[in-house]
Amino acid sequence: MTDMLSALPPYAQALDMTIVDELNGAPVIAMPFTDRVQGRPGFLHGGAISGLLEIAAIAAIHQALRAKGSDSAIKQVNVTVDFMRGGVSQMTYAVGEVTRLGRTMANVEARAWQEDRNKPITMGYMHYLIKAKRAV
Amino acid sequence: MAFGKPDLGSMVPKGAAFDPALVNKMMGKFGHGGFLDMEYVGHGDDWVELAIDWREDLVADPDTGILASAVIISLMDNATSMSIWTKLGEFRPQVTMDLRIDYLRPSPSGARVYGRGICYHLTNSIGFVRGFAHNGNPDEPLAHASGTFIRIGDRIS
Repeated sequence: MTDMLSALPPYAQALDMTIVDELNGAPVIAMPFTDRVQGRPGFLHGGAISGLLEIAAIAAIHQALRAKGSDSAIKQVNVTVDFMRGGVSQMTYAVGEVTRLGRTMANVEARAWQEDRNKPITMGYMHYLIKAKRAV
Repeated sequence: MAFGKPDLGSMVPKGAAFDPALVNKMMGKFGHGGFLDMEYVGHGDDWVELAIDWREDLVADPDTGILASAVIISLMDNATSMSIWTKLGEFRPQVTMDLRIDYLRPSPSGARVYGRGICYHLTNSIGFVRGFAHNGNPDEPLAHASGTFIRIGDRIS
């Protein structure tokens, strides 16, 4: 996978996501409220919030792998998304936390919030396979 | 995610059975559903199938062309949400409580993705759903989904 830390992927760019900060070494991703991410009128679509969580999670793993000097690729196995509060028409932020990075898999928790990081609107819990790059 | 009030409710004719094809004209053509351009494919008593065409700007990994995982989440969110109203026979306001997706395999670059949402149980407040995504053959799923929706009241506006 292309290193996400240098350029966010097309999906993230299409939804105007940008890296705005860093938290405990992991990139903080921001996504503005636009028609493209709207579900019912005035609220974020759950799938768009999930997209923000996904980008934050992948960015956090890339950061963690880079810190270990690893160039392994990753493959998502599954995700559970908990929707806690409705996302309203303002900037949304997300950050991923790699809770465990092993040789074969990674556990990641991603949190999305708006005004207060202690009041998450949505949490995502993901498992990724770590795939060592084949020697050329 | 919640859809409805007042726009969606007003689209559902009073006393008429819930029509997923009609409702997708709103959910799949405006906002995030419009960005993804969701198409209505078909429905039964308790299921609704929608589809999204592969597009370059929906890709999460430019090296492989694999779609963002969240594209599948949005597809399954809309399909399962509509399966509840289809089973119920009418619209009721609700929001997604949680959704889990297992990715059995990647969706190949260029391939259209279908998502079938099934409502397998309904209570007064909760809709229990499952579903799967595939590339045209339901016997070869690429992802499985399960989740719950919670009713948020009866007021349409």
